[in-house]
Amino acid sequence: MTRLLYFAWVKEKTGIASEELDLPEAVSTVTELIAWLKTRGPEFANAFEQDRAIRTAIDQTHVRGDAKIFGAREIAFFPPVTGG
Amino acid sequence: MIRVQTHDFDIGKEIEALKQGRTDIGAIVTFTGTVRDADGTVTAMTLEHYPGMTEKELERIEAQAHTRWPLQASLVVHRTGRLTAGDNIVLVITASAHREAAFEAARFLMDYLKTSAPFWKRESGPSGDKWVEAKRQDDAASMRWREG
Repeated sequence: MTRLLYFAWVKEKTGIASEELDLPEAVSTVTELIAWLKTRGPEFANAFEQDRAIRTAIDQTHVRGDAKIFGAREIAFFPPVTGG
Repeated sequence: MIRVQTHDFDIGKEIEALKQGRTDIGAIVTFTGTVRDADGTVTAMTLEHYPGMTEKELERIEAQAHTRWPLQASLVVHRTGRLTAGDNIVLVITASAHREAAFEAARFLMDYLKTSAPFWKRESGPSGDKWVEAKRQDDAASMRWREG
């Protein structure tokens, strides 16, 4: 099981803050995971529509789209950060 | 040291705590970021963050600053939750023997924090709520330290 987390407008669009999922074995990178998430329903299709504007962290470390998700316990999706 | 908290901070007290018991500090720089309402469109701001990763990122950034400059001490405090116009958001303090390191490290900490620490601002005003968009110049400010 992998824990998926959503923050800020990604969370608002998916309608959930977090979930535990068994990810399909064919999904191996962040980009592939986002493509798969889009197929999960209209909320997810909408949340990930602007996929280039979405940032990802695996186990609380920033990663790029080509990062492998194998072994990840926690994957988070969020907009570019705006703190400070 | 880094802290993420909902309550306000007292800059004077934080400086005193940082200096306590030491005489090797010659320069202290502080930066405070506050909720801005430049044109009457922002009455409040809600800061969301990613508990766990936020602390990890702030610690990573602070450790980098200590690797690059001879700092005696540093502090990063970032608030979360609902804040109103004029409220404090973020505090960075850097202490060094000389001013150059303290000035540069404070700027580095803010530039990196703005592009990598997982915080998101949502502004509320008379015309409703909206998520603040990331600025390109913040990315440029952060990249500058990579080139140098």
